[in-house]
Amino acid sequence: MPSRILRKRKLIPGMTSELVIEAPHIAAKALPGNFVILRVWEDGERIPLTIADADKETGTITLVYLVMGKTTAHLETLDAGDDILDLCGPLGRATEIHKVDGPVICVGGGTGIAAMHHIAKGHHMAGNLVVTIIGARCEDLLLFRDELCSFCPEVLIATNDGSCGRQGLVTDLLVEMLENDKTVAEVVAVGPVPMMRAVAEATRPFGVKTTVSLNSIMVDGIGMCGACRVSVGGETRFACVDGPEFDGHAVDFGELGARLTAFKDQERLSYEEFKSHGCNCSK
Amino acid sequence: MAATAPSKKAKAPRTAMPEQDPKVRARNFEEVALGYTAEMALAEAGRCLQCKKPACRKGCPVEIDIPGFIKQITAGDLDEAYAVLRQTNSLPAVCGRVCPQETQCEGSCIVGKKGEPVAIGRLERFVADTHLAKTACETVTGGPACSMPRDDLKVACIGSGPASLTCAGYLAARGIPVTVFEALHEVGGVLVYGIPEFRLPKAVVRQEVEAMKALGVEFKTNWVGGKTITVPELLESGYSAVFIGVGAGLPRFLGVPGENLIGVFSANEYLTRVNLGRAYKFPATDTPTFPAKHVVVFGGGNVAMDAARTAMRLGADKVSLAYRRTEHEMPCRREELHHAKEEGLDILCLNAPVEFIGDETGRLKQIVLQRMELGEPDESGRCSPVACQGDTCTLEADMAIVAVGTGANPLISQTTPGLETYRRGYIVADPATGETSIPNVFAGGDIVTGAATVISAMGAGRRAAKAIADRLLGGAATDMPPDNAAEDSADA
Repeated sequence: MPSRILRKRKLIPGMTSELVIEAPHIAAKALPGNFVILRVWEDGERIPLTIADADKETGTITLVYLVMGKTTAHLETLDAGDDILDLCGPLGRATEIHKVDGPVICVGGGTGIAAMHHIAKGHHMAGNLVVTIIGARCEDLLLFRDELCSFCPEVLIATNDGSCGRQGLVTDLLVEMLENDKTVAEVVAVGPVPMMRAVAEATRPFGVKTTVSLNSIMVDGIGMCGACRVSVGGETRFACVDGPEFDGHAVDFGELGARLTAFKDQERLSYEEFKSHGCNCSK
Repeated sequence: MAATAPSKKAKAPRTAMPEQDPKVRARNFEEVALGYTAEMALAEAGRCLQCKKPACRKGCPVEIDIPGFIKQITAGDLDEAYAVLRQTNSLPAVCGRVCPQETQCEGSCIVGKKGEPVAIGRLERFVADTHLAKTACETVTGGPACSMPRDDLKVACIGSGPASLTCAGYLAARGIPVTVFEALHEVGGVLVYGIPEFRLPKAVVRQEVEAMKALGVEFKTNWVGGKTITVPELLESGYSAVFIGVGAGLPRFLGVPGENLIGVFSANEYLTRVNLGRAYKFPATDTPTFPAKHVVVFGGGNVAMDAARTAMRLGADKVSLAYRRTEHEMPCRREELHHAKEEGLDILCLNAPVEFIGDETGRLKQIVLQRMELGEPDESGRCSPVACQGDTCTLEADMAIVAVGTGANPLISQTTPGLETYRRGYIVADPATGETSIPNVFAGGDIVTGAATVISAMGAGRRAAKAIADRLLGGAATDMPPDNAAEDSADA
């Protein structure tokens, strides 16, 4: 059964949008760390998107996406009142959240900030002190600042061009924090693979538990194909059912980064076709 | 020899099935076997001896009244032939295509003792296809839509593969409302994501599912058992019984170095992309797979054959199948092996993979194979392959597909407290009824037995449905005339 889009908010015009979708049976179960698989149209592919927020009361979930290829571009053509053909979830293991003694630092980069937001909120609800660090190329590309500020005492910002917060990388801010505060209980990182890898390398010398949410290629999202397999501590794991969160110090980021390029030629072809002909579904 | 020749008149040969030319079909996704015409079906039906105690029926896991439906073909009443099939089989158009008849009904056929057995599968397919071209529900029920007289009862089936569809069909035909929860976006389980279009057109599955909707079965897609809804939640929300038919869909990998290189796929992923995602139409469809020059498939079952034949159709220059044992031990259907060879499959028996080698971008470029020889028989009765030390070879290959079996998906057992499982997570179920360690929770198909056949899953779905109907309806379940009558005649 299709799922209705109730609201759409363009976070970064032409690039990133937020959808609030009516999906009571998913909202009832969705926890931080969970994701959904969706399909936009009849001949569409299945893509995973992290649940950025869920509201049991209103029966809605929030998804945030970056337009980076055919399917997300197609999704961007939809508006409030339109339907998403297939929406399946909540999938994946939820984030392990316990009350801990020291602060939890949640690091988000790019669209990953939206996914990180749900995890940070979960830690906050569990009574943990949450500090968030968010980064982007420039100020205009920062997401979810107001949402994070609504419950985080501290939201630190790093931009590559210095247009907001510190000029530099999120890891610069992270290392400073770890040097100043030896009680940090856990670091969570969600973002592009190079960012998560850099965070894991930054925390390794401090011996701080580091959780990353991996974004491997998925097809079914329910453990039946292994497209999303990653090497963690030398063992093959399926991100969709064993993860998507893993110990950042044990993940083979090199392999993950390579596997994400598996279909790059086909992805380009599909996107080019879409840009020149529009959607090939009959409207 | 002449002295022992049968005194009866010589039997007509088995009526051949028209097929697409191997050269043509190796490059398309259209069905290979084209089906009987009415004349062919009549000729083939005439070969049946109408045994009083039909051995063929014992060979069928859902005990179709085989002489009964064949008799109706001979009499020219195809509606009645279909009605006989549907008494015990919810998916005749599927079974007629994908059952391994040589080891089941046809393997038990008396005519087969001295010649070729009656082509029961082809006849079943003919009847179902002819019928599905019309309406389905009407013949089963005598009315265009079915009433659900027992709306105080309801049963949930988790998964929509052959086991669940059979269970749902049986219960619905007895007036019990059924809801089927399917995790993927399309109903049918392995029938839609696993078995390729050229062996089982998706339109056939869809028609069978439409026939079940007409019976009153409700389908909920994108509902993941154990995630979106759990077994305890279903029982709490008023379902009288739950049937778990989620299959064994967790792919096994080989565990050799380099298996996570780009270009190494599980057969499940490859087939799901092509069949469910219709990647063979890319970029008209959005799911990609990529072209490969030399594809090597590992395994010797039907899944390996399906993957290899799919790779050919997607334009590979060469497709090789590497198997640890010999062709004799391959568990696939003989017909599939025969078709694959006709289409140009290269078979490398007594070879096992030891390493996948990639280029600097992480893409597969070579595979190292270890030569094997057959040793002593193992507990399965098959000779176990033993490595010939030092005898390896290296193949150039840009795609590898691993089809060495599947395991139980743990999503249901993880979220169902008290559900007993055994080795590797398969669910413990009473063989006679399918009931699990939790009262009113039943299971059947691959999630109980491990990967097996479509028809054995259907048999399990049918047994569980009978047990559920008996429990929910009490004596009423045995009042169903068609099924009961069929069984009486079988016992006579």
